Amino acid sequence: MVELNAHTVVFAIFSIITLGGAVGVVWNRNLVSSSYWLIFSLFGVAGLFVLLSAPFLAAVQVLVYIGAVGILITFSVMLTRGMTQIKDVFNRQSAASGVVAVLLFVVLLVGVVLPVWGPSGALSSAPASDVVATTAELGVALVDGSQYVLPFELVSLLLTAALLGAIVIARDQDK
Amino acid sequence: MNVLNEWAFVGVFFALSWALPALPIVAAVFFSPKKANAIKLQTYECGVETVGDTWVQFKVQYYLYGLVFLVFDVEMIFLFPWAMAYERLDTFQFFAGIVFIILLLDVLVYAVKKNVLEWS
Amino acid sequence: MDVCSINNIARCLVNSGFDPALAQFITILLGVVVVASFPLVVVIFLIWVERKFAARIQDRIGPNRVGPYGLLQTVADAIKLIAKEDITPAGADRLVYNAAPIMAVMSVLLIWAVIPFSPIHVGVDLEIGALYFVAVASIATLAIMLAGWSSNNKYALLGAFRVVAQLVSYEVPLVFALLVPILFASSMSMQDIVHAQSGMWFFFMAPVAGLIFFISSQAETGRAPFDLLEAESEIVAGFNIEYSGMKFGLFFAGEFMHVLTNGVLMAVLFFGGWLGPLVEQAPIILGPLYLFAKSTFWYLLSLLIRNTVPRVRIDQLMDFNWKFLVPLSIVNFVVIAVLLRLCEALGIAPAAANANDFVANIPQTLVLLLGNAAIAAYVLNRLRRAGREQRLAEAGRTLAAVGEKAAVAH
Repeated sequence: MVELNAHTVVFAIFSIITLGGAVGVVWNRNLVSSSYWLIFSLFGVAGLFVLLSAPFLAAVQVLVYIGAVGILITFSVMLTRGMTQIKDVFNRQSAASGVVAVLLFVVLLVGVVLPVWGPSGALSSAPASDVVATTAELGVALVDGSQYVLPFELVSLLLTAALLGAIVIARDQDK
Repeated sequence: MNVLNEWAFVGVFFALSWALPALPIVAAVFFSPKKANAIKLQTYECGVETVGDTWVQFKVQYYLYGLVFLVFDVEMIFLFPWAMAYERLDTFQFFAGIVFIILLLDVLVYAVKKNVLEWS
Repeated sequence: MDVCSINNIARCLVNSGFDPALAQFITILLGVVVVASFPLVVVIFLIWVERKFAARIQDRIGPNRVGPYGLLQTVADAIKLIAKEDITPAGADRLVYNAAPIMAVMSVLLIWAVIPFSPIHVGVDLEIGALYFVAVASIATLAIMLAGWSSNNKYALLGAFRVVAQLVSYEVPLVFALLVPILFASSMSMQDIVHAQSGMWFFFMAPVAGLIFFISSQAETGRAPFDLLEAESEIVAGFNIEYSGMKFGLFFAGEFMHVLTNGVLMAVLFFGGWLGPLVEQAPIILGPLYLFAKSTFWYLLSLLIRNTVPRVRIDQLMDFNWKFLVPLSIVNFVVIAVLLRLCEALGIAPAAANANDFVANIPQTLVLLLGNAAIAAYVLNRLRRAGREQRLAEAGRTLAAVGEKAAVAH
């Protein structure tokens, strides 16, 4: 079923980067190191986007997650002094979060992966890399009245709201 | 060249652009003297010993700049496909993009009014 | 069997018995080696240019001992850096500490993958080329953050924080200025952007965007007047304080390369890249020649600014970005988008058939220029007023201080 070619090898490499980075995040006792492992992991995701013929999303992944979110996480970790050196790998919520993670995994598998890519799924016959839309088509779809124009404008409002909230919280701490 | 082939080029380029700058560093390992001692390896300071942790708490200002940047960054991402599709947009679609940018300007005006972007 | 040349290596290798996949890989590898080593070789020469240029401005001679005109000075410096003792400070995160300088060079080097040298010679003409270059350039920010953090030094960390705040801030106007050529070309591919300028260079249609791009890319390199990371008197050399030997050198190699890269990007995005007379006839010679002639102009201008303009304070730096460049770049983008629409609606824009015709582009360019002039006039007026207010306020403070002193003396 899975044949060994350059595509699968590269997929394996990026998967290892993604998962290995994720393990690094949860296994590290230093929060700053954790955030760098997170960036490493997100880089793997960017590679997976390229393999899925979604270069736009790959570039966005690098630009937003590595160039902005990664930096912001580092900034915020440095703001929380004393959080940089944690003694234990596991905290008291580990059991609860484990259950939540397993549940989420099952929900994703049953709710999304199987219906779409499963044996009788909507996209079972077409490999994902054949479903190609250009970035310009995405641009039209974003502002098209019959497609995504409302979510598009709402994103702008949502980001504004997020910024307002963060400013209020950060400034209170300042005083 | 198909799309994945193009990205194979980028992938090889990526690997090589790690390797090329690493070369002089590796070369330096062979050619440089290694006479380290405890005092030489100390943290570089103005002649006195380092006091306390490197992890001093930084001011919230850096975080706020980072945050405002993040909001702009995410919104700019959406403008790239819009600008790319510019020739194909009808009037409604065109103004949808303009409204988006004006909402973005809102953020800036608010941040400036609230003195968030003040370096104090 | 056809003649082997740079344009058909893959076919040639297959013909001489190579496996097609292997042949393809070799082709890619050859292309990468050529494109990636080019900036690395050029940077050796650039450092010499930069030092000579700075020396002349400061009424010195500059390097003139090693080789003719001191041309081999950089080579000597590189050998010296390799032979220097390399100190990794105690408490440093070794892996991150060593990776950071490599990443700093890598982020600049990766940009060259999408630079079109001629109509047919380009590393790779990605559909999202312009976004790709912004994305890889943002890795430099991460490299500095990593360098500052892994050194385990307060000054390094503080310096890194400042630089990162500066770099992320100036990325906003940079991207908004970049959106203007994308708008004109309706494409993010660098090659398409160059082709779209065959009628009229984008700089004449959007000079304000061009200048914003130039200023913010100057800030992205951390060059004077934005060289706060090197403010020796304030933060002891900044994020690279603990670095020595070749690793220290790599940060600077990256910076020197970045300045040239900015010149090249200016040329590609606003000055028609490889476009020029007769370029279609001899693309491999004339294309790069035109491209680098245009880049050199911006490169030298950047050096001139670096050597003649005093450093700004960090609060001025941030104010200049968030209260001036960012709003200006956004308004500029909106104005150009609306004017372009208007031109199309009024039929001033050149038809698709004669988009490459210089004369057909003139009316639209004039309209856009007028819009730019209006923005520039408003901005300059505003700046003059703000400057006068500040000077008056300062003069008032000085007067008050003098008055106080006089009162005390009495």
